Amino acid sequence: MSQRLVNWFKYAKYASPATFYGLAGRLIPWFAVGSLVLFGIGLYIGFFVAPTDFQQGEAYRIIFIHVPAAWMSMFLYLLMAVYAALGLIFNTRLSGMMAQAIAPTGALFTFIALWSGALWGRPTWGTYWVWDARLTSELILLFLYVGFIALQASIEDPRRADKAGAVLAIVGAINVPIIYFSVQWWNTLHQGASVSLTRAPSMATVMVAGMIVMVFACWFYAIAVVLSRVRVIMLERERGTAWVAKQLEAGRA
Amino acid sequence: MNWGSLEGFLAMGGYGLYVWGSYAVTLLLLAVEVLWLRGRRRTIVKRLGLMRHLSARNAHETQA
Repeated sequence: MSQRLVNWFKYAKYASPATFYGLAGRLIPWFAVGSLVLFGIGLYIGFFVAPTDFQQGEAYRIIFIHVPAAWMSMFLYLLMAVYAALGLIFNTRLSGMMAQAIAPTGALFTFIALWSGALWGRPTWGTYWVWDARLTSELILLFLYVGFIALQASIEDPRRADKAGAVLAIVGAINVPIIYFSVQWWNTLHQGASVSLTRAPSMATVMVAGMIVMVFACWFYAIAVVLSRVRVIMLERERGTAWVAKQLEAGRA
Repeated sequence: MNWGSLEGFLAMGGYGLYVWGSYAVTLLLLAVEVLWLRGRRRTIVKRLGLMRHLSARNAHETQA
């Protein structure tokens, strides 16, 4: 019990912006460098090790950015919704800032998933776009991100903006399982999952390996960028506080 | 090794436009996000420095 209490206090300590600011600053370089290395390895596997696909030729190589971006778009949305919910429940300052820091990067990956999907659809399906369930629900995800960002930007008081944004983020989370299961629930042009936890992948091992490395590269990138953005948001929101002044004096801001 | 030459690599078996179009836009967007964030950071750090400078001067004048 006492150990639990200690852990809780540790958590609360790191959840305070002043402490988290320093921690995030120390973590960013590691994730940034890690992301570059992983992108290098992933792209090398994707373009130089993975063989040509017997059905799609070289067009399939879009998979190494398309699938990681699509996964990130859903993961990041759920993460944003969780932070938003924590902010609503516990009324912690940091949660709302984290949700706000995640949104632009999530929107970015959603756009990349849609864009690379369109460029993949043209040579394989003969069209850039169809209004099928998978594509439409992913487009809705982009609108949810953009709506979240716009709603927060339109409310002056950051704490109220956090609350309004949180409601949107939480309600919108219902769209994520819809995206994921859309290929099973509806008749879609989009293929089903090639990689899942419950059965062996329906792809060559080296292709899966390249894709997984690219997923980690995207995660490292997202963590580095989100931590950098949350630090900027902290400075912007807490500019009048003593800890920000102290950071400035120490030249660490 | 899949590619005999640079031309072959760029052509991507005739799908060059689609494959490179995907990766180029991804790279561009990630670069824009990082640079944008850097600009936002510089702006707030500069503004904070200015605020500190002004409040220090005010305190000094009040004392004098």
